[in-house]
Amino acid sequence: MADISNSTSTNSAQAVKAGGLMAWLEPQQNRILVLAALAGIALALPLILNNYAMEVMSSVWFYVVLCLGLNIVVGYAGLLDLGYAAFFAVGAYTTGILTSHFGINFWLTIPVAIFFSICAGVIIGGPTLRLRSDYLAIVTLGFGEIVRIIARNLEITGGASGLIGIEKPSIMGFELNEIQHFYYVFLLLAILACFISYRLQHSRLGRAWQYVREDEDAAEAMGINRVGIKLYAYVIGAIFGGVAGCFFAAKMTAISPETFMFQQSVLILLGVVLGGMGKIPGVIIGAFALVLFPEVFRELGSMRILVFAVVMLIIMLYRPEGIWPAKK
Amino acid sequence: MALLEVKNLMLSFAGLDVIKDLSFSVENGSIASLIGPNGAGKTSVFNCLTGFYKPNDGDIIFDGNRIVRKKPHKITKHGMARTFQNLRLFKSMTVLDNVMSGMHCRTKAGPIAAVLRHGAQQREEAETKKFCQECLEFVGIPEFEDHISSNLSYGNQRRVEWARALATKPKLLLLDEPAAGLNHDEKQQLIALIKRIRDELGITILLIEHDMGLVMKVSEKITVIDYGQKIAQGNAEEVQNNPKVIEAYLGKEEEEIA
Repeated sequence: MADISNSTSTNSAQAVKAGGLMAWLEPQQNRILVLAALAGIALALPLILNNYAMEVMSSVWFYVVLCLGLNIVVGYAGLLDLGYAAFFAVGAYTTGILTSHFGINFWLTIPVAIFFSICAGVIIGGPTLRLRSDYLAIVTLGFGEIVRIIARNLEITGGASGLIGIEKPSIMGFELNEIQHFYYVFLLLAILACFISYRLQHSRLGRAWQYVREDEDAAEAMGINRVGIKLYAYVIGAIFGGVAGCFFAAKMTAISPETFMFQQSVLILLGVVLGGMGKIPGVIIGAFALVLFPEVFRELGSMRILVFAVVMLIIMLYRPEGIWPAKK
Repeated sequence: MALLEVKNLMLSFAGLDVIKDLSFSVENGSIASLIGPNGAGKTSVFNCLTGFYKPNDGDIIFDGNRIVRKKPHKITKHGMARTFQNLRLFKSMTVLDNVMSGMHCRTKAGPIAAVLRHGAQQREEAETKKFCQECLEFVGIPEFEDHISSNLSYGNQRRVEWARALATKPKLLLLDEPAAGLNHDEKQQLIALIKRIRDELGITILLIEHDMGLVMKVSEKITVIDYGQKIAQGNAEEVQNNPKVIEAYLGKEEEEIA
């Protein structure tokens, strides 16, 4: 989890300043120490936070999962995806429809949602991944809107008003109904997402994504099937989004198409880019910034969007590689 | 037996014939060269062989398989590796990571193996690393494995590209102007390396080169092309004395006087 991407760009004075911390994080035991401390804090938070803060923190963990999922597509494989909310919608609606219309147990809907996410990933990725990245971005944007509009117009998805009365899940008779429960569920999902991302990044597949991202032709000449490799990234990203969607539906007990608008996709992408594409700690920081910023500056009212935009511009101007420092 | 056989290859871009009815073959275990003046179509031939260009007509038989119109990654898997005229390393990655790209098509761990890191996956990673370190040792730069590839000198970056090509475990190695940008000493080392790849690893070599001294020293068979057509074929001496070759490189005698 505490690994930093291999990007070489040496980044102004800030990178030098952060260099001391980065060097300290280099040995494995220091990293484990930091991770253990962070996990301890995350686990203990429900003891001190009120319900409002718990809602916000659950939302943070939830966005960590979504951002890490999109990070596989955008950060690892280098594919610009503007319709990521579609996969999140596929998961949420699968759980919503199966539990509310068919009374199927929540936990059983997860594998079904994974299956549909994979299908959605293959359907959109298969024919389009041959396109160059800018064209791909447009196609994914369209796909995101198509999924939302389908959800808005089908009877089974509840049309524009969406689905209500989605059953809350229970584990061995213990019903997950309080915010504390969902806090831990999303924390667990976020940790799992970090773990899977880390292992994927440091594997044969993770390297292949980086080869394709750096030089597609050279990667192809080295025997890497670039379309196949990109499809893997797309499908794995879709699964992250789909599973996050299942739990989102269960927590909210109601979903509507407006949750999965283009803005949602952009927001998730923002988290990935803001923190630092391809860097797990960076993406986590991005997700934090995404959720916490509007909450912290709530009293600014409608001005906060403006402030948010200015802060983002500043970050992008001074740290184009994202908040998290790049490895030298 | 011929490892590579090119038969009546044709390639044109927008009506312009780049390669015209070109046939040649490369014997198993030989060092062969493809030479010709600038713009003769040498790199286009390489791009057809490796699947980056789709020839309009003709056939390419490699190791008993028809590879014409196959995808580049499939051709690499059949056992044909290449280096690029302009370096095409993965610049921000370490030297070892660069070389490990070559092993991709010889290994198979997928996403589930990556997440579970079970025994077979760990063994495969260890074997990949070991083999790639051997490749780096073979080309003479084992000490640089942890360096970021773009920080290496030009000559050493070339060696990384060689090690990367060797890591695909090829039967045939295509070298696109391997001596470009190298100094005299580096060229001498290159000649030794080309011979070692053939003699010690048993890999057949086909190279495109401008440096005639190098071509004449290492090649056993030379094919000369001009305007996409074969104009001569033979060993170094035969080619050097062929009037058509002299004409292609130096122009006709009358022109020279004029």
